[in-house]
Amino acid sequence: MSEKKVKRREFIFTATYAVGAVGVGATIWPLIDQMNPDASVKALASTEVDISNVERGQSITVLWRGKPVFIRRRTEEEISKAKEVDLKDLKHPERDEDRAKNPEWLVMLGVCTHLGCVPLGDTGEYGGWFCPCHGSHYDTSGRIRKGPAPTNMEVPKYEFVNNNIIKIG
Amino acid sequence: MSNHEYTPSSKFGKWFNDRLPLLTLGKHLTDYPTPKNLNYWWTFGGILTFCLITQIVTGLILAMHYVAHADLAFGSVEHIMRNVNYGWLIRYTHANGASMFFLAVYIHIFRSLYYGSYKSPREIIWILGMIIYILMMAAAFMGYVLPWGQMSFWGATVITNLFSAIPLIGESIVTWLWGGYSVDNPTLTRFFSLHYLIPFLILGLVVLHIWALHVPGNNNPIGIDLKKPSKDTVPFHPYIVIKDLFALLIFLIIFAFFVFYSPNILGHADNYIEANPMVTPAHIVPEWYLLPFYAILRSVPDKLLGVIAMFGALFILVILPWLDTSRTRSAIFRPLYKQFYWFLVADVLILGYVGAMPAEGIYLLVARVATAYYFAHFLIILPVLSRKEKVLDVPLSITEPVLGGSVSASALRQKKDKL
Repeated sequence: MSEKKVKRREFIFTATYAVGAVGVGATIWPLIDQMNPDASVKALASTEVDISNVERGQSITVLWRGKPVFIRRRTEEEISKAKEVDLKDLKHPERDEDRAKNPEWLVMLGVCTHLGCVPLGDTGEYGGWFCPCHGSHYDTSGRIRKGPAPTNMEVPKYEFVNNNIIKIG
Repeated sequence: MSNHEYTPSSKFGKWFNDRLPLLTLGKHLTDYPTPKNLNYWWTFGGILTFCLITQIVTGLILAMHYVAHADLAFGSVEHIMRNVNYGWLIRYTHANGASMFFLAVYIHIFRSLYYGSYKSPREIIWILGMIIYILMMAAAFMGYVLPWGQMSFWGATVITNLFSAIPLIGESIVTWLWGGYSVDNPTLTRFFSLHYLIPFLILGLVVLHIWALHVPGNNNPIGIDLKKPSKDTVPFHPYIVIKDLFALLIFLIIFAFFVFYSPNILGHADNYIEANPMVTPAHIVPEWYLLPFYAILRSVPDKLLGVIAMFGALFILVILPWLDTSRTRSAIFRPLYKQFYWFLVADVLILGYVGAMPAEGIYLLVARVATAYYFAHFLIILPVLSRKEKVLDVPLSITEPVLGGSVSASALRQKKDKL
């Protein structure tokens, strides 16, 4: 067999493997992607919340995309405490102004960034939240201060529709 | 494998066996030469087979009455408990059966560690066993989610969130596992599907596990290679069969005690509260058989490293045959290894205990020390012992220590020492 013929055969093998791999990949992808969020889950992307009954120092918890969202109307004391913190003391440095557009209202996912438990309010060493599962402490701005959680509690996309309604998502 | 020349006595048997040699297989299994000194720690293989079949049969029945839907699952489990004929018995057997399965598998694994059953030429048996063990944990975890109680829901949340520790793609993986943005109905239905699948994967692996066992034959308490068949072996049937059945009977008494007298003692009261995504129970604790790994996870203050340590604790067992390279198998002839073996047993029990306690103060400190010791046992102590330990003389046959050593045996030993 001449050298030229061997090269030709190798080319055909490689091309066949390549086409085969693409075919297998294209066949497997639907089998994997079916597990991602379906259209009905994605459709529940936003929710509107009436906050007119929330007094200062009170929180409400609402469900958004199956997860609790904390909406807290903070007291002056809590706001000033959150603003006083030196960014250098934070594990995940974020300014309170960036987390609460309107300082009176703190809106964030009530999900511990460690392993997803719901932290308890008005407790913990920093006067904010405390996660009972593995002992993470959050401050009055929902920022991680102590414990295994790597980041601050997440602030979702939200907007004030009017003075009484917040739209989350 | 030694019965190729086996011919069934009946004409039909011969006709059938020529076409599908099932009778040859049966003959191999009954005649299979087994070391005559196997003790009761060797009966757990049979007990585990029984456990697997119990879980499959009771699970099959439960699936006839259970409804895998976030709104209906909790109610359907209560329906099984209250309305279905003997539903309570079948569910309690299935739930406690999982615990019994793990109790037996832990004894089986620690027997292997003590007598060096994982060593050459049995590495593949050991690795297959570890894959079975990991699949058992996956099946148990998903099964615990199905009743859709508070512990089901929050256990599922915490365990699936472990994958969010993976850099860059972690969050996408978790969303993919959930089929949404939190643990919800899509998560429940896929867990049900996989929970139904895994036992059959385990069954297939058990066949391979036993097949691989039948190539070199059983290890034995003194851990020596045997000539088979010989004066040192007995046929599997009836000798081992009857011993296994007696051990199974004792095991069933313990099993029945849990099912009939304290069916909920191994569970958690919070799981009789329906899942609520707004409230996390004060103490999230996994089932007892996962506690040592949970303690390792919590003992590391960093999220990613904690997850790596937890999975590492499992993976390190898989590569054990290459960490402990001592050629002496049984701990009976390894005076130092024997001590460290019991330290490891104590260490795992301590990890299990602190895993059930809150992760703070003294418990956290103990968990850290015990985690460090766990890894040190496999990564430092075993490799060092393999090189440095002075092992005792190993008998040349099972019969030798009983007969006080024959002349030829001691002559053989001297010859071996010279070599």
